[in-house]
Amino acid sequence: MTKREAFAAAAKARILIKDGPYGTEIQRAKLSPEDYAGDTGLNADQKGNNDLVNLTQPQVIRKICDSYIDAGAHILATNTFNANRISQADYGAEGLVRDINVSAARIIREAVDEASAKDGIPRFVAGAVGPTNKTLSLSPDVEDPGFREVDFDTIVDVYREQCAALIEGGADFILIETVFDTLNCKAAIMAVKQLERELGTDIPLMISLTLTDLSGRNLSGHTVEAFWYTVRHAKPLTIGLNCSFGAEQLRPHVQLLSDIADTYLMAYPNAGLPNDLGEYDELPETTASLTRVWADNRRINALGGCCGSTPDHIAAMARAVQGVTPRTVPEIDANMQLAGLESFTIAA
Amino acid sequence: MSDLSTARFVNIGERTNVTGSARFKKLIMAGDYETAVEVAREQVENGAQIIDVNMDEGLLDAKHAMTTFLKLIAAEPDIARVPVMVDSSKFDVIEAGLKCVSGKPIVNSISMKEGEEPFLDHARICRDYGAAVVVMAFDEAGQADTKARKVEICSRAYDLLVGIGFPPEDIIFDPNIFAVATGIEEHDRYGLDFIEAVAEIKQRCPKAKTSGGLSNLSFSFRGNETVRRAMHSVFLYHAIPAGLDMAIVNAGQLDVYDQIDPTLREACEDVILMRRPDATERLIDLAESYRGTSAADEKAAEEWRGWDVKRRLEHALVKGIDAHVVADTEEARQQFSRPIEVIEGPLMDGMNVVGDLFGSGKMFLPQVVKSARVMKKAVAHLIPFIEASKEPGAKAKGTIVMATVKGDVHDIGKNIVGVVLQCNGYEVVDLGVMVPWSQILAAANENQADMIGLSGLITPSLDEMVTVAQEMQGAKMTMPLLIGGATTSKVHTALRIDPAYEGPVIHVLDASRAVGVASRLLSDTQRDDFVTDTAGEYVKVRKAREGQSKSVLLSLEEARANFCDVYLSDKAAPPLQPGRHVFPDWDLAELRDYIDWTPFFRAWELHGTYPKILDDEVVGETATQLFADANAMLDRIIAEKWLTARGVCGFWPCARDQDDITLHLDSGHVTLPFLRQQVQKSRDRANMCLADFIDPAGDWMGGFAVGIHGIDPHSERFRADKDDYSDILLKALADRFAEAFAERLHQHVRTDLWGYAPHEQLTNQALIKEEYRGIRPAPGYPACPDHSLKPILFDLLDAPENAGLTLTENFAMWPTAAVSGFYFAHPESEYFGVARIGRDQLEDYAERRGVDLATAERWLRPNLD
Repeated sequence: MTKREAFAAAAKARILIKDGPYGTEIQRAKLSPEDYAGDTGLNADQKGNNDLVNLTQPQVIRKICDSYIDAGAHILATNTFNANRISQADYGAEGLVRDINVSAARIIREAVDEASAKDGIPRFVAGAVGPTNKTLSLSPDVEDPGFREVDFDTIVDVYREQCAALIEGGADFILIETVFDTLNCKAAIMAVKQLERELGTDIPLMISLTLTDLSGRNLSGHTVEAFWYTVRHAKPLTIGLNCSFGAEQLRPHVQLLSDIADTYLMAYPNAGLPNDLGEYDELPETTASLTRVWADNRRINALGGCCGSTPDHIAAMARAVQGVTPRTVPEIDANMQLAGLESFTIAA
Repeated sequence: MSDLSTARFVNIGERTNVTGSARFKKLIMAGDYETAVEVAREQVENGAQIIDVNMDEGLLDAKHAMTTFLKLIAAEPDIARVPVMVDSSKFDVIEAGLKCVSGKPIVNSISMKEGEEPFLDHARICRDYGAAVVVMAFDEAGQADTKARKVEICSRAYDLLVGIGFPPEDIIFDPNIFAVATGIEEHDRYGLDFIEAVAEIKQRCPKAKTSGGLSNLSFSFRGNETVRRAMHSVFLYHAIPAGLDMAIVNAGQLDVYDQIDPTLREACEDVILMRRPDATERLIDLAESYRGTSAADEKAAEEWRGWDVKRRLEHALVKGIDAHVVADTEEARQQFSRPIEVIEGPLMDGMNVVGDLFGSGKMFLPQVVKSARVMKKAVAHLIPFIEASKEPGAKAKGTIVMATVKGDVHDIGKNIVGVVLQCNGYEVVDLGVMVPWSQILAAANENQADMIGLSGLITPSLDEMVTVAQEMQGAKMTMPLLIGGATTSKVHTALRIDPAYEGPVIHVLDASRAVGVASRLLSDTQRDDFVTDTAGEYVKVRKAREGQSKSVLLSLEEARANFCDVYLSDKAAPPLQPGRHVFPDWDLAELRDYIDWTPFFRAWELHGTYPKILDDEVVGETATQLFADANAMLDRIIAEKWLTARGVCGFWPCARDQDDITLHLDSGHVTLPFLRQQVQKSRDRANMCLADFIDPAGDWMGGFAVGIHGIDPHSERFRADKDDYSDILLKALADRFAEAFAERLHQHVRTDLWGYAPHEQLTNQALIKEEYRGIRPAPGYPACPDHSLKPILFDLLDAPENAGLTLTENFAMWPTAAVSGFYFAHPESEYFGVARIGRDQLEDYAERRGVDLATAERWLRPNLD
């Protein structure tokens, strides 16, 4: 059975649960700057370089992964949101990108394999790829709208390095998440396509958009529909939304995407909106009851948490959707669908 | 505002193409990218649905120019909204372009010029970028010139592409438009070959699209724009029905087919369709004699006085006279110590008089709307003074968020209710038309609204209102929800909307009830009783409905057996002038005589039949005044050419196939499924279906779509001037013009185009009473209640192109003043209502219509219970 088929079989049986974020959990481990740096010999202060922890304190990551598995997660993402050459350059750690990603994928692979060997429940490792902190669609200089800090080929190479290492370490899928710039996402898709050809294997993608305003556009200005038509060529295993806002605000957009996307839908919202102190205080039961509505409306195939979510949130969501029938992937008779920031259909 | 996100034929502009636009080329060569970006913006503002960017110029670094320009337009949301066509003959320029485009673009073009392998490599790269591709009909042996070669190359390319998993819906074939009328005999067939090839390619290659670069066609007439424009228009006129989906053409280089000088048109047609051997010579001879221009402008025209200012203001309000209101308000402001006192004093006093008169039935809607206009102007004058003095403004009685729901564009009724509420002291937040539920809820929260009012005219809007109610429930809102509009009813509100929302739901029958409803809902003492009573009433409606023995339904089979057995031998002869007829600008002065005035008065809630209504004891005076205002506006509309009546009609050979009518077109068959009455009839009445009026052995039917264009600038001008009265008047008149046009066109069809009633002589009254032979039922109305037939009708007529009409996702027509329908000519054909149908017919219909059950259910909901 291919990975796609295995995922399809699992997604048919139930609403799959994705894990939650690593950042807050790593903070709770209260690591010192020395713990972060380990024996990497890096000069710069590594405190806060959560991706490096994969390499220097793998047991911390393993523990967090186990807590999500215990909470009921089937899709376990690697802790590699910033494990790319551009983001790591801020810590002077760009030379370790491959090692970080290989290690990150191995930790999750081992945890997942051990757990599944015990209980027979299928689980998957999603190699998580963040947006990098550079954008291909926007100029950082208001005076010069045609200026770009990076170019497409550079971003493709950055992603390719990271994805190759994630696959090497045992990731089943590549999860392109928190897409705020659609062109960056296209570069990531291109990187994976190149890698597929190089390795002669299918690398299923999970793609997850993040919205920056309630009307439903990401930072580069694309509507949810325009985004879907722009990435549909990647034949992603899942399409969906993460981060953005809480489940309540995300609902109409999940609904829209659910109607138009002929693939599995995965969404993992934040635990509500941050309070005045920037903290997330939505209770696990609240998040669970809000996302349960998506499930009841048959809008969702996979569900998890983003900023502010804890293993308790994931466990509450898992309980809430237990036994609820997952969304049926619609069959869509495709017309020519183009997109600028908005979608445009040329009817048959 | 219309749903522009779906198109059937796309004109791709050439203005950001250095090979197509001399101006753009000059700007790019000079490095003036800022102005070049403005060219793109204008193009999108003028309605371009896709922008073609081409930098293929020998003296230019095309790669640099392409990427620079694409990055610049990416920074402009107004431009980046639409998809880009990355256009170059060099693939490295294309790929460089693809790296800067964030949506899903089109690549123009790739081909098999250098063989299959490079072609497929290019295709794979485009697919990895997620781009659609234009494939030129070009292979190792060269560009395809004959029909056979065009079809052969495109078919081969299609099979290769589909073979590597390229999505067929992302393929566009360009089978090469070449110059005709060059004097070389082999070139004579080029136009015809292209058109015929398009038809065959579309059939041979499912889901693929076709395109062509139009300017080549008329290359031998460079410098003679009149002839070039005519050739392009004639060409498209024939190529689009053959299946052409898009063309690269300068929109300024197109004429309306019917407006082309017939002599020139015929000469162009002879050339393009190769109708005679001397066609080229004749066109060249004719070409010498062409040139011309025209323009139009606007103007304006416009008495009592002597009382003290307070009385003048009151009088102006009650009589709705706005001529001196600003001067009078200013005079009053100087008399009072604070500007707010003018509002709270004389203005509110005046409005209270208006309110009382309206409430007691002594004043009518048109007058109230006029009063509101006066009030708004006065308040607008005072606002800056109130703000400057930092005093709190007058406190509204309550805030109401109003909207015409998603998918619907009709707003006359909503605007009237808004005005009536405003002049009774309510704050109205009007969200406009086509408003999705999320926006309505957000606006209600943002404005801390006291209630929400929803309006809609077409039947799918009823479902949309239920959605809004459900979402309000989901959001745990509690504010009252008011329901209004022509298709809404107390029964629908009670059965479908009220149960969806726990807060109060109130159906508001017409504008005159709105104030009463709003004031009771906001009253401390009356609210609870009112809400409880209404809810109780709705429970009763529901109970009555449950208990009601529903009319007995026949099975579909039984209903079909009881079809309307017309005398087929009486069917009309085939049309004298078959095919499609386009009317780009019907004379408004003539249409004026065809106006049916009764519905016009009804729109203003003045009930009675024209002309008797003018002498009516109660509303006669108001009606007479309104009629005078309407005629004064009509004079201006006609004299100053505010509006344009555009329309199209067509006739098609067809046959009845049970409840379907199959049209036999050159391009294939088109099926129009109709619905049949299923309610059991008394003895001799048939269970009717529109298909019954068509002979299964072969017959003809027709269709039409007409619309009134040009309302927006005037409407905006009126609203900017706080003149709701004129705005509503204009919209109501545009609606009447649309209906009058439909009436007049139908007459023209009967007497001339189809010509089955050449000697018909009927007065306007007789027309209104439908004393003629044949009917013109409209999709969405009782005889064929499925609005979703409109896209088919629009396609048959190419209504977007020929009448400038588009459809929203719920099939409302845009512009709003529009009518479309089918023509049936059989003498026994008559209007009827399909009414309730059974599950068996629903299932059968879904299958015939080719949609899933849920979709059919949504479309036909009003007929299901």
